[in-house]
This record gives sequence, C-alpha cells and structure tokens, in this order.
Amino acid sequence: MSEAVWILGIHMTKFGKHPDLDLVDLASEAAIGALADADVPMNRIGVLAAGNLLGAAQGIGQQLQKQIGQTGIPVYNVANACATGATALRTAIMAIKAGECDMGLAVGVEKLAGAGLLGAGARPSTSGTWTPSGRFGAVTALDGLVGTEAMPGVFAQVGMEYGHRYGGTSFELFARISEKNHAHSTLNPLAAYTKRMTLEQIMGDVMIAYPNTRPMCSANCDGAAAAVVVGDSALSALSLAQRRRAVKVSASVLTTDPWEPSCQVLPDVNTLTRNAARQAYEQAGVGPQDLDLVELHDCFATAELVHYDNLMLCEEGGAVDLFESGATWRDGALPVNVSGGLESKGHPIAATGIANVWEVCQHLRGEAGDRQIDGARVGLAHVIGLGSACGVHILERAAA
Amino acid sequence: MTAQIPLVDYLVLGDEPHLEASECTSCGARFFDRRNACAACGASGFDRVPVARDGELRAFTIVSFAAPGVPVPFVAGVVDCKGTAVRANIVNVEPDSQHITLGMPVRLTTWSLGPDEQGTEAVGFGFEPVRVNGGRR
Ligand SMILES: [Zn+2]
Repeated sequence: MSEAVWILGIHMTKFGKHPDLDLVDLASEAAIGALADADVPMNRIGVLAAGNLLGAAQGIGQQLQKQIGQTGIPVYNVANACATGATALRTAIMAIKAGECDMGLAVGVEKLAGAGLLGAGARPSTSGTWTPSGRFGAVTALDGLVGTEAMPGVFAQVGMEYGHRYGGTSFELFARISEKNHAHSTLNPLAAYTKRMTLEQIMGDVMIAYPNTRPMCSANCDGAAAAVVVGDSALSALSLAQRRRAVKVSASVLTTDPWEPSCQVLPDVNTLTRNAARQAYEQAGVGPQDLDLVELHDCFATAELVHYDNLMLCEEGGAVDLFESGATWRDGALPVNVSGGLESKGHPIAATGIANVWEVCQHLRGEAGDRQIDGARVGLAHVIGLGSACGVHILERAAA
Repeated sequence: MTAQIPLVDYLVLGDEPHLEASECTSCGARFFDRRNACAACGASGFDRVPVARDGELRAFTIVSFAAPGVPVPFVAGVVDCKGTAVRANIVNVEPDSQHITLGMPVRLTTWSLGPDEQGTEAVGFGFEPVRVNGGRR
C-alpha cells in the first residue's frame, strides 16, 4: 500500500484577460503562490508536472523552471485535453506514490482570452479536384456537412441525448443550470465573470448551438493554477501549521472512454466519468452522500446535467429531479460549482483541473470567505476532456 | 451522365444510396473510418456492411455559430439507424426546435456539393424527416 498524498499548498490566479502577462508569468504566479502557501522552497520539490494544452510542444515546465528555479528535477510536460490540469496533478501524485520523491509541484496554465470557438477549424476553400483524403476518405472538411465538430454543439447533443433517454429536459431547464452558476460566481472574486444573470437574459442571449446560448458556454480566458503535493511521512515532519492546512487526496483517478457502440459517432462523456467516479469513491471509502461540495466540468450547461448522473449524485436518470430539488444551489443539500463553474469562473483549459481542486481546498480549509460552505469536510473535483480523458479527485479536510 | 464522387468513402452512391460500415468479424462492432484494428476487441478482420437508411433522431443541436466558412444555421444530429449510430446533418427541415424533435423518424437523403473543375460532382448525405404518405408534415 503506497502512502497517502496531501495537498500542502495550492494557488490560482485571477481568471480573465491578462494581456500583459504571458504563459510563463501566469505559471510563475501560480507556482510561487502554491510554494508560499505550502511554506516550502522550490529546492524542496522533487518532481514538476506542467500542463499547457495549446502550446504543448513548447515545454512550459522547463520555461517555468528558468524563471522560478532550475533545480534539475524531472519535468513532465503533459497535455490531455481539458483534463490536462488534473493529469499534471495526478502525475505529481503518482511520483510520490511510487516513492520517487516526497514532494511535487503541479502547474496548469493557458491563455485563451479571445480564442473563439474550440474544436473546429475554418473550412478551407475548395478548388481544383474533389480528392478523398483522411480516415473517412472525405473530399472536403466535414464540419457542418456531417454534423458538428465544435464543442458547443457536441455537448449540446450530449445533453439532448440525456433528455431523449430520461425526459424532463428543456431549453429552460438547461438555462436554469447556467443561472445557478452565474449566481454563484458573484461571490468568487477570482472568476472571470461575476455578474448575476436572469433566466431571461441567459435564454435571450446569442444562441451558439441550441440549447446552449453564449452564457451557457464555458468562458475562454487566461489563468493558471498550481499545487504542491506531499507524502504522508514527509508531511509528518513539517510544522503543525502546515499539517493543519494540509488537505488529504483521498482519491486520484484518471480514465479514458472504454469502447461503447456509438462512442466514435458522438463522444461518450458518460461511461468514463462513471468509471472514474466509481473508482474514486472506492479509493476514498466515501460515497456521493458524504460529499459536502462538488466542482464538476460544466464546460456547457448541458454537460452539468449529465454529470450529476455520471458522478452518481442522483439515481440513474434522476439528474433533472436533483436539479429541480434545488440541491445543487450553494444553499442546497449538495452544492455544485459554488465557484461559478466554467460558465462564469472561466475555463483556461490546462488550469481548470487544478483550479477546481483549489476551490474545494478553500472550503475544506475554511478559507473560502463569503462563499464558504460551512463545515465542509469532503469534496470532489471533476474534469473531462474530449478524446477522451476524465480526472476525478476526492479531497478531505485534515483530521487535526 | 455526370461523374459522381461521394463526400465520404462510407457513402455508397447509385440507385439506392446508403451508408456502409466496417463491421468487426469477431465482435460485430461497427466503424465508419479506415481501421487498423477493432477498438472493442482488438481483432483486425472487417466486413463491409450496409447501414439501414431509416432511423430515429437520438440527439440534435441547431448550430447558429460555427467556424469561418461553415454556413449556419444547420442541424447536427445523431441518428440511430436500426442499432447503428450515425453522425449527420438533419436536412430539409426548418432549423428550429418546433420542427425538430427527439425521437422523430428520419431517412437518408443525398444532395449535391457541386462539380469540381473536371465536372465531377461531389455528393453529400443527410437525414430528412419521414413524410407520412408523401404528404406535407
Ligand atoms: Zn471487434
């Protein structure tokens, strides 16, 4: 049995537009913040896992080292779609569990402000001769001719498919999920957008891909987050102050999508999330009923609904009822996305999978300020990236 | 007659245009792309099998905002063709949520993408609502 791993320090930058900061500035701010929060120097860190999706070939980890400390430790530059941050965190955790070192740093950073639509490229102009190419033998780009490749439409279909299977969904229902997250964001000073929006404003905004209007889509923005993780034995040698604020990583899971009959036609974001949740609850020895808060991957309002079910926060098919009960509002029985979620906090892709862990840690440490969920002891952070990859972390307050 | 070429190689043209899948000879899993092996069982033998032309709309979205060069609005969907899921546009229908409903019966149809410089016409496919008795819906 490998030793338990703890979050010793964690930090996120303000999410939003940072025109004067580059990737390395943002990553440095997050990393230095996490080290300060952990109260350990860079030369104490034994492994660095760094995520940046859009610049995956450029080695953000080494660029970061050259600003904050070239200590010669191994760097793992990771890219795993929207699960990149969770993958970086898990890489550092695995190094500790493997006994390679006793302290690690994970960083995720992205600059996405003004990035526009993700998942689809501009259609090239066709000329000359129709010539089949690629794995479908296509004579031209298929986006818009054979369905949609852009994220808002893909995740719209995910929500619609759930509605087809279980009933109870509507444009208004999905918009009300977004209304909740935008309301939550008003208490989060680090969120990119902190304006409360009425249901009418959300439904009346620009339609992107029915039923997702613009405020129902995750906000492209800049940001970074970082965490220092430590093994049990190294933690026990640290100060009481450090041990008191440490947050236990009760479960760290990463899954991909197992083959399902239609998973290559419409991405199946459900099975791998269900599998990750099941493994995480088993690792942590807790169940969904033990959770005090959940940060889940609401890349679109339609996605939040299906993940209530996938994370087993409700009975199978019961996601609409769970939302209608009010449970997922911050004053409900199981608050979901009290940070404002990706729809308002923002979604700088590689930062997201550490920023959601930061949010949970704030509450477990009792340091979440105005948006504190009182008495929070256990929380879950979830991300999913298409391709697909799903990361789930379950976190618990220190017993001390 | 003008020479024709399908938009994708899994669209079979002719008197009765239809889609064709690669079916794993070992486990029956179906795929539309060029295969190296089966993602379900790992076997590498495949048969080409026709996919039913009729289906039921299992999921859809109406895309109003797309990448540059992609005309909007269009309806993207997943059609369950007698057990085989197909990604396609839903065509010959008003692109609004009053005219498109989950579970509605649809049927494969083809349309021209136009000729290239040699005069070869590319042919695309989509699914249209099934009109009862040929009448108006
Ligand atoms: Zn097979």
